[in-house]
Amino acid sequence: MGDNLTLLIDSLPQLWDGLLITLQLTVGGAIGTVLIAIVLGLGMLAPTGWISVPCRVIVEFFRGTSLLVQLFWFFYVLPIVLDIDLGPLTCGILALALNYGAYSAEVVRSSIVHVPKGQWEASMALSLSPARRMFRVIFPQGWALMIPSLATLQIQLLKGTAVASFITLQDLNDRIDILRQATGDTMFSYTVGLLIYFVLAWLIQVGMDALERSAKRRLGRGDGKKGLFSRLTGRPEAKVVTA
Amino acid sequence: MSWWNWQSALDALPLLLQGFGTTLVATIGGTVIAVFLGLLIAVLLRTLPAWVNWLPKLVVAFIRNTPLIVQLVFIYTLFSMNEALIQVPALTVGILVIGIHYSTYMSESYRAGIDAVPQGQWEAISALSLPPVRSFRSIVLPQALRATVPSLGNYAVAMFKDTPFLMAIYVTELVRTAEQIGGRTFAYTEAFTLAGLIFLAASYPTSLLIRRLEKSLATY
Repeated sequence: MGDNLTLLIDSLPQLWDGLLITLQLTVGGAIGTVLIAIVLGLGMLAPTGWISVPCRVIVEFFRGTSLLVQLFWFFYVLPIVLDIDLGPLTCGILALALNYGAYSAEVVRSSIVHVPKGQWEASMALSLSPARRMFRVIFPQGWALMIPSLATLQIQLLKGTAVASFITLQDLNDRIDILRQATGDTMFSYTVGLLIYFVLAWLIQVGMDALERSAKRRLGRGDGKKGLFSRLTGRPEAKVVTA
Repeated sequence: MSWWNWQSALDALPLLLQGFGTTLVATIGGTVIAVFLGLLIAVLLRTLPAWVNWLPKLVVAFIRNTPLIVQLVFIYTLFSMNEALIQVPALTVGILVIGIHYSTYMSESYRAGIDAVPQGQWEAISALSLPPVRSFRSIVLPQALRATVPSLGNYAVAMFKDTPFLMAIYVTELVRTAEQIGGRTFAYTEAFTLAGLIFLAASYPTSLLIRRLEKSLATY
């Protein structure tokens, strides 16, 4: 065990490099996910079929084909078909953003639909323009509704970043294996590695909880504070379909 | 269309379908494990006294919040280092790990379903002083499962789309087959596009079916 700790400290710089790759994928993927989710989610609610049907098709397409297929498609096929080589990191971020963005778009759509009908009617009665109605009245309320499900998907995204090692990226997943080779102790190195992922997931949950509280405060609603420990163990079932 | 060759696509198809067979085996095996283990976890977490409950809760949260791929490689490596377990095929290890991983999700669905059983039913159980096993089997679960089944179906579809991760432990499922075809014949475009279409063709109708099932069960 003492030897393991020394070896762990020795390989900290390598683990840190891997962590940085994982964080870049997570943050890049998360930003892309939210942008894609809002565009496609609101697009699916568009009154004209010219917008809503293509958005629905894109969402079902990226939900229905597996993440790994999309990743490999961007990595192997895109350079052949369009003659553009994005490099592994961009490929990873793009695949993660599109895949989890499609799932999140469904969350956005269903949350917007679940904003109480009276709010829609009230903003109609005040003859707000469609854009003002959406962005000043409906979306802020939908936003508070969608955060818990988005939090679940952001953690899924973090877990999904481990696919990066399939396309030559030396992410945290890859570095755990290097630690295993250095220590020769599978149990030790993978426990350390999984713990790092677990802490990252916990941080995402803490961040999303804070976001939810601020979204609710802005709507003038009180917040139910959660204990530090219960965040990941007592996570409520996401109300929105996952498949 | 110089990048698409129909002949390569036709050549790739039988191999891809063979890989798809392994994908299906993994999905079905994993689902069976997850459905039963998930129920076991949900009932266990409900019945254990509070002072020991935190440990299984933490373990479940740990499995659910860490990457499946890392877990697969971890357990596969442990198996391959143990002389008694080295003979276990990678597919079996994969089914086991993916089943356990998704059981932590499915236990949440069961929990939500059990929570949704009306308070009056619990009161009736204690009024009749039914034994715990009987009350769970004959009163709580039949009602809880109605709300749970669509959610379990969704997780089974999600698991289906996660089975390509098994290639991390060298299981030759659909996507690994596609990669091998690409490596051998350079028909990456055809192989990966077909692999994606096969996934879509299998998962989209299933999702629609689950949505219909959800609507028909929700009236209750």
